[in-house]
Amino acid sequence: MNTSVRDASGVDQSRRRALKFGGLTVGFLWLGGSVGKALGAVAPTPGDATAAAVADGNPPFAPNAFIRIDLDGSVRLVMPFVEMGQSIYTGTAMLLSEELGVGLDQVRVEHAPPDDKLYGNAALGLQVTGGSTSTRVGWQGLREAGAVARTLLVSAAATQWKVDPASCTVERGQVIHSASGRQLGFGALASAAGKLPLPSAPVKLKDAKDFQLIGKPWRRVDAQIKVNGTAQFGIDVRVPGMKIATVQACPTFGGKLKAVDERPAHAIPGVLAVIKLDNAVAVVGEHFWAAKQGLAALDIAWDHGANATLDTAALEAALEESSRNGTPILGRKVGQDHGEGKLVEAAYHLPMLAHAPMEPMNTTVHVTADLCEVWVGTQVPARAAAAAAKMSGLPPEKVLLHNQYLGGGFGRRLETDSVEQAVLIAKQLSYPVKVIWTREEDIRHDLCRPMYYDRISANVDGQGMPTFWRDRITGGTVLGRWAPMGLTKEGLDGDAVECAANPPYALPNLYVDWVRHDMPEGLLVGWWRGVGPTHNLFVVESFIDELAHSAGQSPLAYRRALLKDNPRTLALLELAAEKIGWDKGPLPARVGRGIAVGEAFGSRVCVIAEVEVTPQGDVHLRRAVAALDCGMAVNPSSVESQIQGGLMFGFSAALFSGITVKQGAIEQSNFNDYRILRLNEAPKIELYRVDSSESPGGIGEVGTAIAAPALNNAIFAATGVRLRRLPIDRQALIQSEDAMHQVIASIDSNGTEITA
Amino acid sequence: MIALTVNGQQHSIDAPPDMPLLWALRDLVGLTGTKFGCGIAQCGACTVHLDGQPVRSCVLPVGGLAGKAITTIEAIAQNPVGQKVQQAWLDIDVVQCGYCQSGQVMAATALLTRTPQPTDADIDAAMAGNICRCGTYVRIREAIKLVATGHTDAMRTLADAAPGADA
Repeated sequence: MNTSVRDASGVDQSRRRALKFGGLTVGFLWLGGSVGKALGAVAPTPGDATAAAVADGNPPFAPNAFIRIDLDGSVRLVMPFVEMGQSIYTGTAMLLSEELGVGLDQVRVEHAPPDDKLYGNAALGLQVTGGSTSTRVGWQGLREAGAVARTLLVSAAATQWKVDPASCTVERGQVIHSASGRQLGFGALASAAGKLPLPSAPVKLKDAKDFQLIGKPWRRVDAQIKVNGTAQFGIDVRVPGMKIATVQACPTFGGKLKAVDERPAHAIPGVLAVIKLDNAVAVVGEHFWAAKQGLAALDIAWDHGANATLDTAALEAALEESSRNGTPILGRKVGQDHGEGKLVEAAYHLPMLAHAPMEPMNTTVHVTADLCEVWVGTQVPARAAAAAAKMSGLPPEKVLLHNQYLGGGFGRRLETDSVEQAVLIAKQLSYPVKVIWTREEDIRHDLCRPMYYDRISANVDGQGMPTFWRDRITGGTVLGRWAPMGLTKEGLDGDAVECAANPPYALPNLYVDWVRHDMPEGLLVGWWRGVGPTHNLFVVESFIDELAHSAGQSPLAYRRALLKDNPRTLALLELAAEKIGWDKGPLPARVGRGIAVGEAFGSRVCVIAEVEVTPQGDVHLRRAVAALDCGMAVNPSSVESQIQGGLMFGFSAALFSGITVKQGAIEQSNFNDYRILRLNEAPKIELYRVDSSESPGGIGEVGTAIAAPALNNAIFAATGVRLRRLPIDRQALIQSEDAMHQVIASIDSNGTEITA
Repeated sequence: MIALTVNGQQHSIDAPPDMPLLWALRDLVGLTGTKFGCGIAQCGACTVHLDGQPVRSCVLPVGGLAGKAITTIEAIAQNPVGQKVQQAWLDIDVVQCGYCQSGQVMAATALLTRTPQPTDADIDAAMAGNICRCGTYVRIREAIKLVATGHTDAMRTLADAAPGADA
């Protein structure tokens, strides 16, 4: 990898990297995200790596931040990325082990400590797991880290045997000299290898044809502990002397605590303390139940502040106003900024979305005079440690953070709000405290995916093909809060236009811009799985379908024509169409198929969803076929599971999810009113992968980003109704007056629908 | 004090009778494999067996459980069906984040104990109450069928010997 800003050919590496990694990473370039740092170079500042190894049991052989080999031959691998379901511990262990020369059954994986320098994500410049970047940035550097370690171990053995290192081989933790029949295990070589200098020349990596691990569907390294209940998530942490707290923050965005009478909580057996924060009240108990009962007993007076009357209608009106009269920032312009021919136009609304990971937000903290110890599952260990330092008032070196398995992340655990709050609570206590949010708190105090309002249009020629493509995006920026200096000098958040600025199609003239629309103060927005592509692919791919319909062409033929100069993506369209049997006979009434095509996170994908819409407007997902080109699939099982799960996540949101606001607060609170797709509603999903020797693309968010447009287009195919707002409006899909009467008859006296 | 029989062992816990079993297990007995997801019996993450039947422990008060046999994920391997379910979960690598999977395994074990050859409709009915936010539903269904039939078309994972992770 190249550490210079411009390579020999004069190509701006930042720009190249931006194109490779996509919008979320563009904004991080300022942060020093350099492919030459951290994972890009396997010999980080030796002092730092040594200190980290000493802190990690001082193994005799620790050639870099990722590999530790002890005298007994045990191999420990320190994971620079966090495990939140995406199987990155397995993929990372595979990359390291492949070159090190061990089997996955011979290694143990460890959570990394917080350290931006040693465990920073080369695409993002910080210790962040997100943006589907991990495998892309680790692909080279992690294999090099394994190869460096292997080279040193071989060197140690060859020196001892006085043979040429090139005559030695490595297999399953043994260095072997076949000619003399000698072999030594890694443990026996660890001390000698640990005294050798790092190789001065670049290490040679295996040819793909020699891979033992990469490319095969190895079982997850965390599979066993996740089927027998022993995996420790943040919420499972138990520390001696620990008590348990639960908390309620002011439901209104930006509101404050006015007053609370503590006495009713203290009447609950097991309640130990009531903690008042600026905007929240926490109750501490011997167990969660006491804390929860204690909190429920309180009558808390809130100062609801400036957002006391805010509602969804006002938020949407302000967003639309910004779209029309705000100041746009150019995302991308190609050719002329106008076109000839018939104008087709549409406006799309996307709602705020909660993350709702299955593990509610929680943090365990123990603050003493000279130490703040934190146990949490976070996507940003170093940022979380820094936040804990700030809140505790202790210097950063006095914070000890232990990362844990994450019970889902989806972008929610890129935020440190719950860590900060827990430290503020723990500061007032003499013992360790585990702060657990109820599900209600988790949803009402999520940092939601922003709402968007996009006006999109095209001029089309006599054949209905676009002569000019215009997309005006309006919505909030997460980067503008999270790392504001990551915006371009014009103020563009690359994530806002990701997949809108660079559609895969032949569009001769294109103009895409974005109006930054900040939510009212106190209403914070966050990154949500699939980030920019989830939003933009829905709009772009729905609108391509509208253009196909306007042109009187099938959505398949229309896309085929627009992809004629993009063979790698066209191949996926053809593959998905073939596998679902696109042209094979008519479908039943009110059954339809919808296509969506995308290039995101360094991967390419085409999904065709098949749905049935009942006369009463219920949408049943029957089947989805995905064709994928993600370059080299490091672990085909993980790739398949991420496409399956990613699609479910996207389908779930499109069918059910929308956060709405009333009186300045989120209206939804739990899985009864924030519905999640269930097993009985889940479609069959088939994945067809186009094998490739290209470097791996990102995979954790691809399925989510492509799900909603495929579903929406299938609904149109089934019903002729074009929906331009998510979540899908079932009422708009009711077929007839009779069907509507059936729906009305199924609603009980409380207004709740009686479902079968 | 309330007497509970958990995984064959007697526990005497200092809890009010209205405390849900979930919190007794997690905070008092110290078994954290059973998870908190919603607190209102909507997600199934807290599923345990009560005399062999799947129940949502987040809404089950401990006061009425004297004399009942409570089984949690920590002991489900002692049940031959539970062991098969766990193995099928490994064979096709069902888990992702893993947080809901204790509940999924408990629900699937109860289903397969009651109905060793479940139809798709049986699987729908038994598993609809267990939300998986990572969306592992395709593989959950396949793994249940693998237990029932010994056969699957799903991708099988490779594994050498002992699994590697214990972080």
